Amino acid sequence: MQPINRMKIEFDSKSTNEAFARVVVAAFAAQLDPTLEDLADLKTAVSEAVTNAIIHGYEQKPGTIYMECILYSNSIKVIIEDHGVGMDDIDKARTPAFTTKPELERSGMGFSVMESFMDSLYIESKKGKGTRVTMTKKFFRD
Amino acid sequence: MALDITIKQENQVLTVYLKGELDHHAVSKIKDAIDLQILKTPAKKLVLDMSGVTFMDSSGIGLIVGRYNRIRSLGGSMTIKNPSQTLLKILKMSGIDQLMKIN
Repeated sequence: MQPINRMKIEFDSKSTNEAFARVVVAAFAAQLDPTLEDLADLKTAVSEAVTNAIIHGYEQKPGTIYMECILYSNSIKVIIEDHGVGMDDIDKARTPAFTTKPELERSGMGFSVMESFMDSLYIESKKGKGTRVTMTKKFFRD
Repeated sequence: MALDITIKQENQVLTVYLKGELDHHAVSKIKDAIDLQILKTPAKKLVLDMSGVTFMDSSGIGLIVGRYNRIRSLGGSMTIKNPSQTLLKILKMSGIDQLMKIN
């Protein structure tokens, strides 16, 4: 499958950038004319991944988040990467309601939301190196 | 993208009106304001009116469960009002509809 468009940005790991990231991805995806429901799903999943990078990847300390979007004729691939602390047990992190930060009232539903709202989710992580989340969404137009 | 919050108390009901986008950034700013009102008032029921919420991710779930636990520890209850269909999807996915009334 050949990409028809792509974009790459990087931004600071600040919570104000959660909204920025999801709006940017939605604006980029809009050229495929997705339904509002698909767009809402995409924005939610992007927000989850960026929030994870800020809270868990960089533990709310300064860092850089790298985001890449690749458009295909009827789908989008979004890659969100941090160079933070990383994880040693991805399966545990994917367990619904599991959180390492209960004191911050994290629901532990981030990966479950990404899984549920996107069509595929692939997580790579290395302790001390960082985490990369790759997810795709197929668009079914009205 | 700011989240506006209005809190009204009538008799024993504390109603929190949210307007805007409910993400981790917004949640960290409003959590304490709601908790303060819960502790300050004799309210036995917390109502979260979400008619003005245009976006929510799992940070919103954390906010809701946290406030639910707090009001329950004081012997009260909690209800969510007027979520959009998009919000309802994430509320149901996370099992919030099993914890409290949504209408």
